[in-house]
Amino acid sequence: MEKQLQLVKNGKRIDGRAFDEVRPLEARVGVLKNTEGSAMFRIGNTLAIAGVYGPRKVFPKHQEMSEQAILRVKYNMSPFATTERGRPGISRRSTEISMVIREALVPVVFLEEFPKTAIDVHIEVLQADASTRCAGLNAAALALADAGIPMRDIVASCSAGKIPVTDSEGNRTGMQAVVDIAGKEDTEGELDLPIAYYKKTNELTLLQMDGITKKKEFLDIIKMAVKGCEDIYQVQRSALKHKYMMETEEALR
Amino acid sequence: MSERKLVLPGDPLGEGRSGNNSYAEGSKVFSKCVGLVEEKGGVFFVIPLSGIYNPKRGDGVIGKVEEIIFSKFIIDINSPYEAVLPLSEATDEFIDLTKTDLTYYLNYNDLIFSEIMSVSKTKNVQLSMKDRKCRKLRGGRVIKVTPAKVPRIIGKSGSMVEMIKQTTGTQIVVGQNGIVWVKGDNEDIAIEAILEVERKSHLHGLTDKIKESVEKKMAQSGVPVPKVVRQEADFAENGDD
Repeated sequence: MEKQLQLVKNGKRIDGRAFDEVRPLEARVGVLKNTEGSAMFRIGNTLAIAGVYGPRKVFPKHQEMSEQAILRVKYNMSPFATTERGRPGISRRSTEISMVIREALVPVVFLEEFPKTAIDVHIEVLQADASTRCAGLNAAALALADAGIPMRDIVASCSAGKIPVTDSEGNRTGMQAVVDIAGKEDTEGELDLPIAYYKKTNELTLLQMDGITKKKEFLDIIKMAVKGCEDIYQVQRSALKHKYMMETEEALR
Repeated sequence: MSERKLVLPGDPLGEGRSGNNSYAEGSKVFSKCVGLVEEKGGVFFVIPLSGIYNPKRGDGVIGKVEEIIFSKFIIDINSPYEAVLPLSEATDEFIDLTKTDLTYYLNYNDLIFSEIMSVSKTKNVQLSMKDRKCRKLRGGRVIKVTPAKVPRIIGKSGSMVEMIKQTTGTQIVVGQNGIVWVKGDNEDIAIEAILEVERKSHLHGLTDKIKESVEKKMAQSGVPVPKVVRQEADFAENGDD
């Protein structure tokens, strides 16, 4: 059997982070010119940009709903985003992620305010290093707010997981729940669990899990992920404030 | 004008009732969008800082004739919803539809300033040109601004747009839908001024600052300020206060 990589050393993770520490975050609002609203979100080496078009007329017309807007999300990963060049275009994976991001955003958007229209959200992952759907969702939530689309709250998204704790011989001694799985932890780890957090009601709008776990561990992992979301939520807020405060300051000059 | 607080979606505004761009959960009111919060008599509302134009009854808008169907004109009003201008609202004359070509009144791509008569729940927008401020806009140039910034461009009971008109000697019509029509010899200076207002819309005492810069530009251009062509109520009345 292949030797298990030692993912936990001296109480620290393989990249030197604490168990409940997310990678460096960066968010910027208003990065694309021809959109109604746009945002960039970076978490470690994962970078996603999102643009919002609309509310605008629906084409094809049969998709139109007479009492509310439709929200269309398109997630795409650039071929150069990964170390191995990816195949461009729609894949099974991107279709799935588009759908889960859409369903994570629908509960917070007041779709009934713009009947007979479509709100298009385009997400492009430019650099991928785990949790691209979280980065994409965070960027999309910011872009929606930037576009002036009425929302109940800003959705924050983060992943968490569980990694094996081993001694130097590679014998398993236990498990550790960690937030924001990245790099080697993603490929060698046991479980990856992305969530989207709707802070105001303390609900989750996205919950996926890849791996097997026990109920108690599962709850621990979710708690970890929610903690990561709280950090991300603050970064999102300050990015939005930064843009609109900048406008104010520019005006004062 | 007092300093208003910047709020983000989901921010609590206080206890009371919800007005525009806010929603209530129990007695607590929260913001729906990025904007500046205001309170009047226990009702909280947010003035949005971005977003598209959502038609409202009574708004004066600038639109373009998109289509002519039998007895009505379809008007593009810079919004996801197109507006309908029935012929009966466009003119007072009796028109025999079998004999008259409607393009005589309004042709494709003509610009009009008109008032929104009604907006239904399913967002069917009806226009009217019966009000005397409504007219066809001939010549001139059109610029687009963020609809959320229109009240600042109009200014307190029209002071800002009136000032730009006076100092540059141009005709200006501001639509609530974020379309501004400018006509005159100093169009460039007037357009620059309007875009400056849009950029610096948060500033206090902006009218005086814009006036200063417009006067400077006018002096540089060397064109004497032409006599102002007085236009009645060229702005929609519901300006910012």
